[in-house]
Amino acid sequence: MKPKKRGKGILLRLVMAFFFRRKTPKIGIYGPPNAGKTTLANRIIHTFMDENEDIGSTSDVPHETRRAVRRSGIMVDLKSKSVQSPDPNHGSDPESKVKGRKERAKGKLKLDVVDTPGLATKIDFHDFMAYGLEEEEAKKRAKEATEGVIEAIKWLDDIDGVVLLMDATEDPYTQTNVIIIGNMEARGTPIIIAANKVDLADAAPERIMNAFPQHLVIPISALKGENMEKLYEEMARRFG
Amino acid sequence: MEVKMDLVSEDKINSMGSMEKLRFVLDGVKSGNIVVLEGGLTSEEQMKLIELTMAEVNDDFPGIEMNGYPTKRGFLNLRRKTRLTVIGPANTMRTIKKENDLISAIISAT
Repeated sequence: MKPKKRGKGILLRLVMAFFFRRKTPKIGIYGPPNAGKTTLANRIIHTFMDENEDIGSTSDVPHETRRAVRRSGIMVDLKSKSVQSPDPNHGSDPESKVKGRKERAKGKLKLDVVDTPGLATKIDFHDFMAYGLEEEEAKKRAKEATEGVIEAIKWLDDIDGVVLLMDATEDPYTQTNVIIIGNMEARGTPIIIAANKVDLADAAPERIMNAFPQHLVIPISALKGENMEKLYEEMARRFG
Repeated sequence: MEVKMDLVSEDKINSMGSMEKLRFVLDGVKSGNIVVLEGGLTSEEQMKLIELTMAEVNDDFPGIEMNGYPTKRGFLNLRRKTRLTVIGPANTMRTIKKENDLISAIISAT
């Protein structure tokens, strides 16, 4: 009789799981061009999936990402994964190790990450030529970039949460940032603002905090891996 | 060269449908005008305007420069009240300063 009962239990759980399964949240990484969106997406994948896998390439030339790319099934498990700074300068510092243990984040969340093209109100091919691109190539890139912006906007309909990435060295109070935040508020979509590039000397994340005081702002460096555990913890808390 | 400014009243804007409103703005901006909307656009309309603009960017029209004040919350925090929005061609208008209650822009036509 016992095996039969256990069979029923498994069956019931399977039925329950089928009907009440939770959808994996799709988290969009949004922001202006050159804020570091693809660097952040790559960082998340390197930390939780595969160190050798990149969602996309990065470049100093704006609009490097011109197609939205989704990476499905990323398990953000902060208990089993150490998300310490990979900066070799901190590795031998015993104090930073102690701090790292204390700050070890908790949380677990399976999510899909969508790396989106940078949002902009203008795309001028002359701007790409300033980076050394030939006119024909610059025009092609501009055309693709406009399509990328449209794609990023369309994706908003399918997104369950947004990490809005801003460059902490730039003025945050731009209309595109205001529009993204306004749209998310109107839709009731949870949003986390990440102030990126805090490893740079002229970074001022407090400017972003002052500009958008109603939202949580987390200073990070996606490139150097600084303060990422705090971002992951908030992602698990707000998007889970 | 002269730059034309269209100062559009809230009544006129409210008499238009959402798509009609955006078409009116974009046509004005593509003609080289600076369009100032009393009452402004919602953030959803502004996003839609970016989408429309991107579909029409070409070698001569690089896009728009847009600025506006964030929406204000109305009664019981339920109703959102939009405020002034300024839209101009990106190759004519350039924002130099933007704060919560002050926008400074330079308009230069060659």
